[in-house]
Amino acid sequence: MQNLTHRSKDVDRRPLSLWEKMYIPSVAKGMSITFGHMFKKVPTIRYPEETRPFSPVFRGLHVLNRDEEGRERCTACGLCAVACPAEAITMEAAERKAGEENLYREEKYAARYEINMLRCIFCGLCEEACPKDAIYLSETFAPSNYARKGFIYGKEDLLIPDPKTQASDLAAAKGQE
Amino acid sequence: MTLLALDWFLLIEKLILIAIVITASLVIAMYATYAERKVAAVMQDRIGPNRAGPFGLLQPLADGLKLFFKEEIIPDSSNRFLFILGPCLAMLTAMMTCAVVPWGSSVEIAGRTIQLQIADINIGILYVFGVVSLGVYGIMIGGWASNNKFSLMAALRGASQVISYELAMGISLIALLMLTGSLSIKTIVEQQVGHVWNIVYQPVGFLIFFVCAMAECNRAPFDLPEAESELNMGYHQEYSSMKLGFYLFSEYINMFISSAIMASLYFGGYDVPFLGHAHLAPNLLAIIGVVAFLVKIFIFIFVFMWIRWTLPRFRYDQLMNLGWKALIPLALANMLVTAVVILLRG
Amino acid sequence: MGITTILFWFLSALALLSAIMVLASKNPIHSILWLIAVFFAISGHYILLNAQFLAIVNLIVYAGAIMVLFLFVIMLMNLNSHTEPQKNIWMKLAGVISGGILFTILISVIRSSADMVNRTAQLKEGNIGLINTLGKVLFSDYVIPFEISSVLFLSAMVGAVVIGKKN
Repeated sequence: MQNLTHRSKDVDRRPLSLWEKMYIPSVAKGMSITFGHMFKKVPTIRYPEETRPFSPVFRGLHVLNRDEEGRERCTACGLCAVACPAEAITMEAAERKAGEENLYREEKYAARYEINMLRCIFCGLCEEACPKDAIYLSETFAPSNYARKGFIYGKEDLLIPDPKTQASDLAAAKGQE
Repeated sequence: MTLLALDWFLLIEKLILIAIVITASLVIAMYATYAERKVAAVMQDRIGPNRAGPFGLLQPLADGLKLFFKEEIIPDSSNRFLFILGPCLAMLTAMMTCAVVPWGSSVEIAGRTIQLQIADINIGILYVFGVVSLGVYGIMIGGWASNNKFSLMAALRGASQVISYELAMGISLIALLMLTGSLSIKTIVEQQVGHVWNIVYQPVGFLIFFVCAMAECNRAPFDLPEAESELNMGYHQEYSSMKLGFYLFSEYINMFISSAIMASLYFGGYDVPFLGHAHLAPNLLAIIGVVAFLVKIFIFIFVFMWIRWTLPRFRYDQLMNLGWKALIPLALANMLVTAVVILLRG
Repeated sequence: MGITTILFWFLSALALLSAIMVLASKNPIHSILWLIAVFFAISGHYILLNAQFLAIVNLIVYAGAIMVLFLFVIMLMNLNSHTEPQKNIWMKLAGVISGGILFTILISVIRSSADMVNRTAQLKEGNIGLINTLGKVLFSDYVIPFEISSVLFLSAMVGAVVIGKKN
């Protein structure tokens, strides 16, 4: 059969020459290779102490954004859920009552908002679909968990801290990114 | 009452020496497991154990504790007594060889000259040889008593490997013994102190001895009895807990002892080159000698590990070919050449 | 009773007990292990006679090599109660009679030989068993039988290598 690439090498089946039969030269060659590796730089990154920086376009865990006054931006339009190719997003809408204007920016808001991180493929289409700039993909990834339940992120997991009441938390979260 | 006519000081002195030697070889074997993993790591561009303690130095303790707390399983269909006897024998024969290794010259404490050797018997090398040839029983009995075909195969492999390589080892030793004219390891070391080491006269003999020692210790590339890929763990497949630990441990002790034997037979033992009779206190000289001996041993242990992480395992027929068709004729030729040279030089 | 005497009696008892167990144990593997114990006891006797070389050679050759081969063969034969050969009563009887006759002859020879009656073994002294003496005797008085047997061993080893080379 004709080779498609020229990378394959034919097996040399000739009997060993006397030099090769002595083994010791080739053993010495192999041992010099392993000895040389002792002085090579170790490429390991000691993970919990050292982390690799994410690239600027990294798409990680989602956050639900608030505006400057600390109100949730999401209006539960459902465009993100429609855009999601993995159908990872579900939500339930509710109407804003009087006196809740400081909590929700729009008249309709998401009472329940869940993303299944096991389904999510982190494509970022939800981010692009959102007309209200409410959902963003951050630079972290989902920590491991023992149960599948732990990977279904609700509103309390996704919402960023309120810049007015929890300013220090927000700064910490940003600093960690 | 001859029973009480013992030299009690000698007895106490020897008991202390035995305790020190056994503790030292256990600790060194323990840290050899750590060294093995570190050497493997640096040769494969990795870091190796670094979590338990600084630089992972407590890793052997963690491993030992883990082995102690593991469940002990004795298979129902095994032969219970022999199953337990196997690892005991492996450990016993590994430790017994320490007795004739001269760890240093003598030190003087409170007017008593203390030899840093447990027993200077006049057939030291033969003793080592005898204990090594008994070492195979640990493998054979353990492998057979497990009542498992993989273990049995491994036991048979181990036995035939050890017997085959003992031949070449013995013949290569004979050439050395013709030079030294003594079977006592202490005498052989003393002959080398201040003179040229035996490796200069016996390079081929040393090479054969080294290869055979590797085979006798069941170290890679001769680790066929425990070949993971064919015999899934071999003779200690059914073992768990500290009984497995004993088998693993005895391998490292064997490695330590065979390094010690090679260092004393071919590399001058506790001899420090170029030190000569410098004007130092004799006790200090003895301690320097012990340290030098340990350094030589550690270099050998490193070479053992270096080889393990470089060469792939032999196939069984290759192993036998190497032993019978290469090493034995080579050892015989070496012996003949040595004999002829000794004869010609008178 | 000195230590030597105690050791002597202990080793003798051990040797006899192990020898009986070799015959009495049902499992052939156990028989071999008892036989190894016998060799150890005999080596102990050699050491008491100040024959360290013989002691260790006994261990290397018998316990270390020949018994390993025995063990090897018996492990491979997979002996158990099903494969035990049928022994008929006449075979057993013949065995008892021939063994008994051999035993009687041995006892009578030992009792009648004047050379042995009035002699006891030299304990802890004498240098007959030391390697220097043994070497000198082997290479002077018995040089021809020694050389012939060593040539025999060498040719056996060369033969093994040659047989291996053929395939």
